Amino acid sequence: MSAHIVIDKVSKVFETDGRRMVALENIDLEIPRGQFVCLLGPSGCGKSTLLNAIAGFAPPTAGTVVADGAPVHGPGPERGMVFQEYALFPWMTVEQNVGFGLEIKGMAKAQIAARVAELLKLLSLEDFGKRYPKDLSGGMRQRVAIARVLALDSPIMLMDEPFGALDALTRRNLQDELLRLWAELKKTVIFVTHSIEEAIYLADRIVVMTYRPGTVKRDMLVELPRMRDPSAPEFNALKRELGQLVMEEQQRHHEAEMKSAAVD
Amino acid sequence: MMKRRGKDIAVGLIVPVVAIGIWQWVASMGWVNENILPSPLAVWRKWVAYLLPMQDFGTWHENNPQGGWWSWATSGELIIDSLGSLYRVVVGFAVGAGLALPLGLAMGASRIVYAWMNPLVQLLRPIPPIAYIPLSILWFGLGNPPAIFLIALGAFFPVLMNTIAGVRQVDGIYLRAARNLGAGGSTMFLRVILPAAVPYILTGMRIGIGTAFIVVIVSEMIAVNNGLGFRILEAREYFWSDKIIAGMITIGILGLAIDVGMNKLNNYLLRWHRGLEH
Repeated sequence: MSAHIVIDKVSKVFETDGRRMVALENIDLEIPRGQFVCLLGPSGCGKSTLLNAIAGFAPPTAGTVVADGAPVHGPGPERGMVFQEYALFPWMTVEQNVGFGLEIKGMAKAQIAARVAELLKLLSLEDFGKRYPKDLSGGMRQRVAIARVLALDSPIMLMDEPFGALDALTRRNLQDELLRLWAELKKTVIFVTHSIEEAIYLADRIVVMTYRPGTVKRDMLVELPRMRDPSAPEFNALKRELGQLVMEEQQRHHEAEMKSAAVD
Repeated sequence: MMKRRGKDIAVGLIVPVVAIGIWQWVASMGWVNENILPSPLAVWRKWVAYLLPMQDFGTWHENNPQGGWWSWATSGELIIDSLGSLYRVVVGFAVGAGLALPLGLAMGASRIVYAWMNPLVQLLRPIPPIAYIPLSILWFGLGNPPAIFLIALGAFFPVLMNTIAGVRQVDGIYLRAARNLGAGGSTMFLRVILPAAVPYILTGMRIGIGTAFIVVIVSEMIAVNNGLGFRILEAREYFWSDKIIAGMITIGILGLAIDVGMNKLNNYLLRWHRGLEH
């Protein structure tokens, strides 16, 4: 069986004020159906750029992305995205947010209501259906955002540092929730993070990316049994190994910043 | 909670009560001609007389055999004037905002419409509505039409400019999330861009109705024979300073009522908005 998502020689170049910045260079990745992949790297390594290319928000300068057998030409509900900033519509209640994708699909009202109720239950949000996002905590908001994407019933779920703005306890809580949902719903997940521990805790496979130009530095499978224990020696050994890789890139990031500061 | 509220009201009353007390005292000392500065008591009496029907029910009923108690009770000059002014504000505002809203949405959403319309808008916008008075009389004669034209003009530009800004400032993250969910075209516009622009649009409406209220008073001084603006100018001709002040106070009360109403509408429409607690 062919891969669920095929990223073929993808490059992305930004040009601003005549300066050329290579964000992604020749990325090749094949992601099988149902795999949980973490894109890991320091800021500026192009992991979000790659995710946006898969989502269809910003097409690559060269190369192609094929998702679920179809080339990606733009954003769409078959590749639902969870954003770090939640991106809930503040003028819609929780129910309306979760049901919005279904409404766009043209589903009947009664069906939407039933499906929304089901999703709110799945994410322990039953009591918050009539609330507005402003009344919810960050963790609750991200639950709503996840429910909104699950409503689309898309086989692929893209997540852009979704738990980056949450406190440590809420974060662990949502990570566990996400793993539970993933095991239950068997989705292909691409998850961007700069937290090494988060990547090891969640992923089947970790793709470490380099700082400009963004390339694949290391592509590894995480074979620790689930649920993983972050204090286990194997976990920590992996953490050390990945930490080394990420630090090298962080160092390059730092040097590049110092250099550009000197030039300016 | 209630106690606190009562205290707030009591504190808020101190300054007005002292000011009215000083005013009454100055007036009663006889230092100033009462035609120039009537006492607050005189103004109050005038206000009540202005509010109540001018004739007793019997006389009034002879002239208006169809009318009942209610129409008699509301036949006072102040009520007729207030309703006249309010009618002009409401109609003028509805016309002005009703034209500005779709144009603003189109200009905010489409670069092409913006490029076509913006130069003209920028050219006309700095002309105060008052400057249109001579033209409005030439075009529409006297009576309600020129007044409503001027009020509509006064409401038009604030609503237009804020609507354009509102559509343009919509956070890109909402657009991205909506596109990801499959939204496009009219759904994107009606369910995402328009609601996201509502806070700006309401600000524009609030400014617009404020301008409309200024313009109505001015236009009544020029083009019509009733309304609060007309009445206070008429009172000046008879040296009725108590009536002038009574009219001004009524204008203040109406303005306040409009503002409170807009505020309530604002709170209702923006009940989702962060930082708005009621």
